[in-house]
Amino acid sequence: MIQAARVFWMGFVLHFKNLSASPFMMVTAAIWPLVYATLAFLMFRATHQAPSLLYAALGAAVMGIWSTTATSAGGAIQQQRWWGILEILVASPTRLILVLAPITTAIAGIGIYSIVSTLLWGRLLFGVPLHVEHPLLFAVSIPAAVISIGLLGLVLASTFVVYRSASNLAQALEYPVWTITGMLIPLSLLPGWVTPIAWVLAPTWGMRAVRHAAIGGEVATPLLLCAALSVAYAAIAAVLLHHFERLARDRASLSLT
Amino acid sequence: MTSLRVFFLGGLMSYRALFAFMSPAVFIPTLIVTPIFQILLFAYIGRAAHARSDEFYVVGNAMQYAAVPCLFAMTQTIAGERFQQTLGYILVSPAGRLPLFLGRSLPVILNGFFVAGFSLIVGGLILGVTFPASSLLPLALVVLIASLSCTGLGLINAGLGLRIRETSVLSNILVGILLIFCGANVAISSLPHWMARISSWLPLTHAIEAARAVAGGSSLTSVQGLIGRELGVGLIYALAGLAIIRFFETQSRRHASLGIA
Repeated sequence: MIQAARVFWMGFVLHFKNLSASPFMMVTAAIWPLVYATLAFLMFRATHQAPSLLYAALGAAVMGIWSTTATSAGGAIQQQRWWGILEILVASPTRLILVLAPITTAIAGIGIYSIVSTLLWGRLLFGVPLHVEHPLLFAVSIPAAVISIGLLGLVLASTFVVYRSASNLAQALEYPVWTITGMLIPLSLLPGWVTPIAWVLAPTWGMRAVRHAAIGGEVATPLLLCAALSVAYAAIAAVLLHHFERLARDRASLSLT
Repeated sequence: MTSLRVFFLGGLMSYRALFAFMSPAVFIPTLIVTPIFQILLFAYIGRAAHARSDEFYVVGNAMQYAAVPCLFAMTQTIAGERFQQTLGYILVSPAGRLPLFLGRSLPVILNGFFVAGFSLIVGGLILGVTFPASSLLPLALVVLIASLSCTGLGLINAGLGLRIRETSVLSNILVGILLIFCGANVAISSLPHWMARISSWLPLTHAIEAARAVAGGSSLTSVQGLIGRELGVGLIYALAGLAIIRFFETQSRRHASLGIA
């Protein structure tokens, strides 16, 4: 257990540093959320019926976490393949899920930059007040959101282990998840059939936990649901990875697919 | 005659090379699915904010999405040659630079036209936005002009690609700037004054305004001023792009930096 935790933590730190040095990831994590934050500020402040600007800032910040996950987590395995180390990782005695989970969590963790940049951007350019209702819960809800979204990324990565175009398919999920998980749009505005889909997606509860901790509202339930979904995603990813790993070994297609 | 061959055949080959790796598995999620969801996202944000009508966001975002293929594909015509290690061969060839690079821009313009047109139709159908039958041809013309002017900006990006490696990062930033400034989601009149002044010098701004007017029933002649300005902006960017390509080509020869930039 301790060894598994150590593998996860070391992997997370290594990949977080590696991703922080990538201009593409930094643009995705720190610059693009500013685009959405700016648009949301301009759209929301034009009317008096719109949600508050802090609501928009937090929404854009969590959008950044999902953005890095969707654009990169789906292709996490493909990336290892390009680097020529996928076979080594699969052959290593450490379970594949313990190798991949830190990668996708680090990809979501890069979204921390989006929270910092978006809140600063809102404060400095648009005068958005940064009063946080429950600072301690806010500090807990951010890693809870990051881990649960990162593990959702792990499910994507493991689903796409045998497909080369995985990252493109995952990227196509960026806008749909933004739309249906209540980041800038209240779920009540969307068609009713969307709600059950939103419930099984971690960004819904991660967003709710972060927003309620900052603006006010019940935080425990969304935090618990983040934790429950994280466990569920890890279990699904473990099953999928086991299945696809065996398939790739049988076909001898690990480095080719 | 040689220039015409370079223009058409060179452009066609470059386009085919681009899509050799840009397979349907890439094209459909990136250029078919994503623009539709961009339209939906902003239309619903608009509803949440009690801002503009769905038609406003359908037209704005469909037109704005032309920037994605136009910027990325145009840039890739140079960055991709470097990746394939064929850029040097192209630049030592005696082919005229004007037909060489403008030829490569023609398929990009048509691709941008298709993506924006498709998004406009499907996004409209999903959100129940209808356009008068008489507006369809003028709308198609405006979409084509928008793709043309975006490709002008793409030429600048392509030229910079002779100097910098991170062209996709630059393209991403430019797409983001266009999304904020060109009036796709926030009317130019609602933007701060300094932003509105920048908008008028960016591609898409005038085309989006013209498209909204035409979709609302205005005639093509009533928006000819906007169309003229859009064409003018596109032409300025295209000329600047060609000048940048020429400048960095000379610089890369002088500093022997073509393959390592």
